[in-house]
Amino acid sequence: MSDFEPVSGNTNPEPGSVLAGTGTGTGSAPAAPSHGGAGLSARQVRLRATLQATGMLPVLIILAVGFHLLGGHRFLTAQNLSIVAQQASINCVLAAGMTFVILTGGIDLSVGSILAASAMGALIVSLLPDFSGLAIPVCLGIGAGIGALNGLLVAYAKLPPFIVTLGSLTAVRGLARLMGSDNTVFNPNLSYAWLGNDGLHILPGFAIPWLAIVAMVVIVLSWYVLRRTVLGVRIYAVGGNPAAARLAGINVPLILLFVYALSGALAGLGGVLSSARLYAANGLQLGQSYELDAIAAVILGGTSFVGGVGSIWGTLVGALIIAVLSNGLILVGVSDIWQFIVKGLVIIGAVALDRFRQGSGVRT
Amino acid sequence: MSAALDQFPAAAANPAASPRIDTPLIEIRDVRKEFGHVIALAGVSLTVRAGEVLCLLGDNGAGKSTLIKTLSGVHRPTSGSFMVDGKPAAFSGPRDALNAGIATVFQDLAMIPLMSVTRNFFMGREPTRGVWPFRRVDFKQCRDVTHAEMRRIGIDVRDPDQAVGTLSGGERQCVAIARAVYFGAKVLILDEPTSALGVAQTSMVLKYINLVKSRGLGVIFITHNVRHAYAVGDSFTVLNRGRTLGTYRKDEIAMDALQTLMAGGKELQDLSSELGGTV
Repeated sequence: MSDFEPVSGNTNPEPGSVLAGTGTGTGSAPAAPSHGGAGLSARQVRLRATLQATGMLPVLIILAVGFHLLGGHRFLTAQNLSIVAQQASINCVLAAGMTFVILTGGIDLSVGSILAASAMGALIVSLLPDFSGLAIPVCLGIGAGIGALNGLLVAYAKLPPFIVTLGSLTAVRGLARLMGSDNTVFNPNLSYAWLGNDGLHILPGFAIPWLAIVAMVVIVLSWYVLRRTVLGVRIYAVGGNPAAARLAGINVPLILLFVYALSGALAGLGGVLSSARLYAANGLQLGQSYELDAIAAVILGGTSFVGGVGSIWGTLVGALIIAVLSNGLILVGVSDIWQFIVKGLVIIGAVALDRFRQGSGVRT
Repeated sequence: MSAALDQFPAAAANPAASPRIDTPLIEIRDVRKEFGHVIALAGVSLTVRAGEVLCLLGDNGAGKSTLIKTLSGVHRPTSGSFMVDGKPAAFSGPRDALNAGIATVFQDLAMIPLMSVTRNFFMGREPTRGVWPFRRVDFKQCRDVTHAEMRRIGIDVRDPDQAVGTLSGGERQCVAIARAVYFGAKVLILDEPTSALGVAQTSMVLKYINLVKSRGLGVIFITHNVRHAYAVGDSFTVLNRGRTLGTYRKDEIAMDALQTLMAGGKELQDLSSELGGTV
């Protein structure tokens, strides 16, 4: 991820951008019971999910403070936090889609490749003189289309999600390279580049990066869908027990198709954001191993791999932890090699947490 | 909303819930179901009438599960006639059966333990309010209805948001039955509702089955426990190797004879006497 993020990327002062993000997490976590009180999730389940989301918040704060002290007081500065928010935002968008998929008990390994393919599509279309305005719709469409293909194979051909998306991880990566004849496509006049490099100027000299705003909008919309709509209620039901959901008259394949298509569409949105940031797309490098960051964010956020339990706020905290790790390790001067080792261990730790949670879940 | 709440007690008086006595709610004749070379049902016939409990008895492998899956729209019969309310029925999925008023309470698949009682109660039939795209689940109505229905059947759900996993086995079965009744089922198919329960829990479920029957619903009660069947049943259909061995009214057959019939007759009697008559 850091390969694509110039360290001095955004000069807009952005005081407390991460803290604002964290604040949302903190604010919502204690508020979750009241949301849930209006909602219908079982109190124990809700409490555990809340604990899980808040349980990860101290980790986030400790990491931030630790990096600040170790990194020569450079971490908790407005400029750096703005960069962290931007780094977190693409992963946040991917992880939101991943949350939907994992809540149904599935997995989507192909989001990084979809991001690359859709960004390639966006760049290619943006270079066409007459159709450059269609870049973003094409990008989202490619993502949703590939995601829907994944969904069709999982839902109607009844193939295991891991296998299907492992296949598309490779195949779509190849497609992304094919689209640009294995070259980097570059557009210095990208019409939507402001999305990746500008911010909402709410005060003179103070702007919230558009990337972070897009990510928050995605998170809030995901929360609404998951917690308030019939669709969301049924996504949880399908994840809780697909057979019981089917016997209750829920169209399980349609729900599965939706979550994979949504995950693909959000990967397409990630493609929009990535290409906006870079003015370019490269089929080989863009989005490499992003799926792992997204999965790690979801699992860190307390969503169970088995499905049926989890929250989008947890995913937000998880994505922030990943971004803080990536940024902080660079700031502290940890070598690239060790960054891989640390991030890998975090993913294992997250799955260990998932196991631990299931152990306590039996007692409900 | 109040009309919805009143639906339950009104069921007996509601003409839709208690059709003419001479038209069976469900009538199947010589239904066969084959999975490739495996013949799961080799000609099953049964009749369910309003206000009656039909007990479906059979040992393991007799075809009970296949039969109820056929009745509840999961499987399509290979051949045979399947009439609902006197009209031929062909279900393409569980939803069709539900819409026709046939609700099945599966032993393990009735509920999702991690989800709340309320969510389970309304699973697949969530009420909404508002207009799209702001249409959302009406959680308040869900909780009010669930709370009222739970109180009506005498289950003390302190909090309708509590997980179904915290309820006892008997309570779970009763919640599942209450759900089916609330959503206007005319026929209830209960798949071994008592097989995993203790004595007190069993009597709770049996009492509730009796109540449902008195409200004019037809009940198919699947069990391999003759005692439980005899406690609530009006008629008994015995299945063996995918066939109906016969249907008996309660006054036509004694409990011992039923047990013998179900277990395949003479061998068990011999075994029973070997074991001192305890089987």
